Amino acid sequence: MKIRIRLILAALVAVGLLVVSSGCTSVQPWERANLADYTMRPDRDPLHAAMSEHIYFSREGSSGGRGVGGGGCGCN
Amino acid sequence: MSDRPGVSAGMCTDALPRGLRAPRACGRHILAIVTIVAAIASSRAEPLAVGQGFPAPDEHGLEGTWPDTSGARVVVVDFWASWCPPCRAAFPVLDAVQAEFGPRGVRVVAVSVDQNRGAMEAFLKKHPVSFSVVRDAGMKLVQRVDVPTMPTTFVLDGRGVVRFVHAGFEGDATRDRLRGEIAALLEETP
Repeated sequence: MKIRIRLILAALVAVGLLVVSSGCTSVQPWERANLADYTMRPDRDPLHAAMSEHIYFSREGSSGGRGVGGGGCGCN
Repeated sequence: MSDRPGVSAGMCTDALPRGLRAPRACGRHILAIVTIVAAIASSRAEPLAVGQGFPAPDEHGLEGTWPDTSGARVVVVDFWASWCPPCRAAFPVLDAVQAEFGPRGVRVVAVSVDQNRGAMEAFLKKHPVSFSVVRDAGMKLVQRVDVPTMPTTFVLDGRGVVRFVHAGFEGDATRDRLRGEIAALLEETP
């Protein structure tokens, strides 16, 4: 009886691992139409990009922002 | 080794240490099962390589008319998409190849993998080409061929055997290699 339970447990673990491992897949080269779309670009909106850049620079000012030194006061 | 009669040590026979922790033998079995099943599940067709025959196009439900290549000395098959900038950049080169070598028995066929037929047609309307274009709407041929990147160009000889493969497009370098390969194949088959 114990052996049977262990075998069932082992099978359940195996199935669980299989389900988890088979959930990963790679996008094939011919399936990248959506990824190549213009709307997937992070800089598609110039205004949004400028604002994001400003926020990033202000927030990260103490560590130099994007390669430029800053005081970290958030007043850029 | 189990001391219980009729039970071999290779099975999952050792007592579970605590909770659901599996014994070592069980672990090996689970690992083997998962590995085998995962390998089967992830197995797919091998990419088409040099020396192999190109699959028959009419078995893959292509949209459009595949040109008659029975009398062609060289066939160039290009997998492309309108959303792929290098594919678009390769089109003038393929057009030039068709114009230059077409009279000598070279046929260029472009297989579009566009899911959006309108996008493909809009591109072709804006950039008309002299070679044949078909669409692999069901993605069957491209899956069978398993192209490594976009675009991928296969150069076939007159028997339909893949002789050269170009993965990607590198501008003039690709153009020069393509022209050299086609010229060499034409010399093989006078």
